[in-house]
Amino acid sequence: MDKKIRNDFPTLDQMVNGCRLVYLDSAATTQKPLSVMKEIEDYYRSSNANPHRGAYSLSMQATQIYENTRTIIKEFIGAGKEKEIVFTKNTTEALNLIAYSYGMNFINKGDEIVISIAEHHSNLVPWQQVAKAKGAVLKYLYLDEEGLIAKEEIENKITAKTKLVSVTQVSNVLGTINPVKEIIEKAHSVGAIAIIDAAQSIPHQRVNVSELDADFIVFSGHKMLAPMGIGVLYGKEALLEKMPPFLFGGDMIEYVTEQDTTYAELPYKFEGGTQNVGGAAGLSAAVKYLQEFGMDKVQAIEKDLVCYAIDKLSEIPHIILYGTKDVEKKAGVLSFNVEDVHPHDVATILDSYGVAIRAGHHCAEPLMRYMKVNATCRASFYLYNTKEDIDILAEALADTRRWLGYGSK
Amino acid sequence: MDLSSLYSEIITEHNMSNHNKRHIEGADVLEKGHNPSCGDEIELELKLQGDLIEDAGYTGVGCAISQASTSIMIDLIRGKTLEEAKQLIEIFLGMIKREITDEQELEILEDALALRNIANMPSRVKCAVLAWHTLEETIKKRALEDKND
Repeated sequence: MDKKIRNDFPTLDQMVNGCRLVYLDSAATTQKPLSVMKEIEDYYRSSNANPHRGAYSLSMQATQIYENTRTIIKEFIGAGKEKEIVFTKNTTEALNLIAYSYGMNFINKGDEIVISIAEHHSNLVPWQQVAKAKGAVLKYLYLDEEGLIAKEEIENKITAKTKLVSVTQVSNVLGTINPVKEIIEKAHSVGAIAIIDAAQSIPHQRVNVSELDADFIVFSGHKMLAPMGIGVLYGKEALLEKMPPFLFGGDMIEYVTEQDTTYAELPYKFEGGTQNVGGAAGLSAAVKYLQEFGMDKVQAIEKDLVCYAIDKLSEIPHIILYGTKDVEKKAGVLSFNVEDVHPHDVATILDSYGVAIRAGHHCAEPLMRYMKVNATCRASFYLYNTKEDIDILAEALADTRRWLGYGSK
Repeated sequence: MDLSSLYSEIITEHNMSNHNKRHIEGADVLEKGHNPSCGDEIELELKLQGDLIEDAGYTGVGCAISQASTSIMIDLIRGKTLEEAKQLIEIFLGMIKREITDEQELEILEDALALRNIANMPSRVKCAVLAWHTLEETIKKRALEDKND
């Protein structure tokens, strides 16, 4: 079974430093299945042209591939209309689009923006900029000891002054699952809009934007088997309609005269310049792969793996695990440290065992400071990982301190 | 690369020993160094007597490579002039960039030779050079101040 899944991912089938590659950094980017690579190749081999422009067959093919991906994404996330799906470069660009186009125009002096302390810099720095430029106040939802956002925190921080709430559904550092439904409901009850960073959730669990009733949801293709350079912004039509364009240029216009321009309709208003059709082709194949695999199965595999990893790592002396150990509240992301060994040294040592993990602040410096750590090691899992991967991780981790002269093996 | 040549005894001992990890009483110079990509942070403290580095120490956090490299550098520059320190920095950075490979020329680096193989690990080069760049910055600033005086 596992072997069969791994056959779809040729990147995993290689030796690193004389050992089998154990890839545990899918929260950063996932490996790509053959079907995605083939779809991209097919596009460039037989359908490549500039979409939306040419009146010739090839351009129409490219347009069809691009627009078909929009429909596939709409259905995958349970959105109502194609015009509510805007393609971006990635989550970061999608969040910047909202910050510039919505934040800079509809947030005013004294308004409050609420985010969580666990946000990735991409969902933090843009809001800092909006708050500074508009004289708004940036407030944080803090975490309890398990790394979770408590109900009281939501009740107390989101107030009548709150105009915008932007939180991640799953923390990229702790893997904790945030109560986004409650957060969205609370935001709406005070008249604020709610943005969900789904970069770490949509690849791993079933997410339905209509059920959640989020105003915006953003995610990246490359964290869900698709290539880098294609991301998605879902936004409610009424909001997208009233927002000015983010990038001006070709393909996003209706009429251009010497002094004035009218803009194209949704979603093209937000897609200035030639778009990443090859990326869209890859994204459609990625969604197809996930749908055929089954999102419930993806989630079940990851839960099984994170459960196993928590048990395994807890057995090793000198390992500190961060965040909740309750796998019902946690996705397939595990942050930890090895006592006395800096995460970068841990990552280098694990690399010599063929194990790829992330080390550092994970683009979440305020969270690191809040947790009173300088950095952590992070192992993250996806549908192609196995218990054997975790066994190899655990074995290598048990050796780590010895390399730096602490104790004996 | 081979882990044991990266985490050699010299590196692990400097990383663990902490003998240079201290504040310098009456320090004349404080200089902060930071690697934003990995979060390594050091603060270098120098006590000068004219152009002579009478004592030096550092505080901060970072990986074994950055900590050991800082400690090795401090052992090397203590008792040297700023001009001599500048030369050592040039030779060290030359070694890391593989621009200087002559054994005799490198000999002067003593324990810092243990960091030679870091050139094989592009992801860790920044850790090894952090302290040296920080000291280079200090010396540059000092030269500029002297000029302006």
